[in-house]
Amino acid sequence: MMEERARQAEDGAGFIRIENVSKSFGSFKAVDEVSLSISKGELFALLGGSGCGKTTLLRMLAGFETPDAGRIFIDGQDMAGVAPYDRPVNMMFQSYALFPHMTVEGNIGYGLKYEAMSDAERKDRVREMLELVQLTPLAGRKPHQISGGQRQRVALARALARQPKLLLLDEPLGALDKKLREHTQFELMNIQYKTGVTFVVVTHDQEEAMTLANRIAVMDKGVVRQIGSPTEIYENPKSRFVADFIGSINRFAAAIVYVKDGIAVLDCAELGQPLQARAEDGFEPGMRVTAAVRPEKITISRERPEAGNVLSAVVHDLGYFGKDSLYRLQLPTGKMISASVVNTRRAGENERIAQWDDAVFLAFDPASVILLRD
Amino acid sequence: MMERALPPSRFGQWFNTSGWRTIIIAAPYLWLTAFFFLPFLIVLAISLASNAGTSPPFQFAAEAPYVHADNFRRLISDDLFFRAYIASILNAGLTTALCLLIGYPMALALTRFSRSVRNILLMLVILPFWTSFLLRIYAWIGLMGANSWFNKGLTALYNLITPDAYALRFIPMMNTSFAVVLVMVYCYLPFMILPLYANLEKLDMTLNEAAMDLGSRPFQVFKDVTLPLSVPGIIAGGLLVFIPASGELVIPSLVGNSSTPLIGRVISDQFSYARDWPMAAAVAIALLVLLVGPMMAYTHFESRAQRRPGDDA
Repeated sequence: MMEERARQAEDGAGFIRIENVSKSFGSFKAVDEVSLSISKGELFALLGGSGCGKTTLLRMLAGFETPDAGRIFIDGQDMAGVAPYDRPVNMMFQSYALFPHMTVEGNIGYGLKYEAMSDAERKDRVREMLELVQLTPLAGRKPHQISGGQRQRVALARALARQPKLLLLDEPLGALDKKLREHTQFELMNIQYKTGVTFVVVTHDQEEAMTLANRIAVMDKGVVRQIGSPTEIYENPKSRFVADFIGSINRFAAAIVYVKDGIAVLDCAELGQPLQARAEDGFEPGMRVTAAVRPEKITISRERPEAGNVLSAVVHDLGYFGKDSLYRLQLPTGKMISASVVNTRRAGENERIAQWDDAVFLAFDPASVILLRD
Repeated sequence: MMERALPPSRFGQWFNTSGWRTIIIAAPYLWLTAFFFLPFLIVLAISLASNAGTSPPFQFAAEAPYVHADNFRRLISDDLFFRAYIASILNAGLTTALCLLIGYPMALALTRFSRSVRNILLMLVILPFWTSFLLRIYAWIGLMGANSWFNKGLTALYNLITPDAYALRFIPMMNTSFAVVLVMVYCYLPFMILPLYANLEKLDMTLNEAAMDLGSRPFQVFKDVTLPLSVPGIIAGGLLVFIPASGELVIPSLVGNSSTPLIGRVISDQFSYARDWPMAAAVAIALLVLLVGPMMAYTHFESRAQRRPGDDA
């Protein structure tokens, strides 16, 4: 499925092109010189905190906002001056925005009302959509008579009924509870795959973006900080902002001392000992950098292990989450480090690898160290 | 600190558990009973009595059942009442329709302004209430007179578009049905705008965006989304205008044509000039039934439609 999607994506590269788009509200720069290219059939996520400009960008794609500068192309067509009702784009609103006075069927069929098609075709399309989201038995209900999850599916079916070239989803899972989210997430991916429509999802939830999208643009203060696959964004963040925003991370101020045999050795006062990292292009001796390690890349052990980086530490705090545990450990220098341990074994409270105030060893591979330019 | 709390009285206990709620709910009902239902019963009783030279000028029959429906019989048989009802309802209907036509765009426009501008505009809608109702009607009488700038302006406009042979010196406006409707629309317009505004203001703008996103042009969005969702506001505003307009007395008697009596005028005349209280009461009761009957039927069907899930697929 993933390969299929990648192939689809390659065929239609540049299906949606956003070129140097800016938008200000008063003195507030919501979107600042953003350029993006999204391929046909891609599930693309715009990820960022509130006020980062992701929603403004989405609204510009839908045609509700006009860019101050820059251009937007959808399937080669310049969108400048094209009204929302003339765009081959549909949107699933965060609040779903279902018409309260219409039935489920009426809502789904609304987008076809002014389309040039016969009543029979219209009926067929609505039936098809009802089947796609498995709501056929509820066709005659009003929005207030169905559950939140069902409403979300009505909103999705309504937006897909017009067979748009691009579907915009504003926080699609935001209003659902945790259990329903997981289920809906896969359903959404499944429907995207079945229909082949290009999806652009806006979300502030990094987990949602990671599982849904095949590519993510991380946004901050109106600027795209990094674009890449979920793995790239997580394992190879290019800036401190992205590293901090996605997941949690331990950061140390460091300076590169020398590079030898593909290993960079860093001087790091916070650790109180040198740090080894995998050498990367563009990082040379003498540079001041930030070294970062994700908590799950660090292992905790009682005996001193053989590894590129070994630190001794004392357990300061630990949190048990069931499937994993998060340790907060203090180094002799006073620096705090987070390490997460997957609870692979079924163990009682007294059988953990480490308890409060235990002295332990922390180890991580040089390849796990991310180097970030300051 | 050692003081012991007094054992709560029985009333106090009752008040704290459910009493306060009962009192709050009962208050409006008591008000309605004392100032609407009881007076209504008195009027109803008078309508079933006979006119008499006594004071007060009515008398119940001497023997059982003490009441009769003669006044209602006269109401049906006398053509005057029938024509007055028709004229009043047409007049009120026209006023309501015009208020809706003028008030709806105004209410809709109000919702599109920023909050601060909106408050100023709302103030302007309510502002005329600060001037005496009568004074405003007299102002209109002045405006409609043959020598006013208003009349002259309208006359000039009229002469501009009609052939010279039909040119007018002024437009006779005073003492016409046109004058009645004009002043009534002016006076009742705020009663249409305010409930409509309250309704339209609550509507979710993202619904409009959703409709537009789904291929509807602005007018189609209005027709498919805004209009159906504002029906409760239209009904509320319509009733607030229609009900007082159908019994309106002051405006028709000041600016209207006395040859077409309206029902408010009929009640007033029966009551004061003819001193026929029972007849006046019967006319008033019949008007109430005429207005409340359709309203209750509407509410009944509306609530039945609400209860049936998904009936208008």
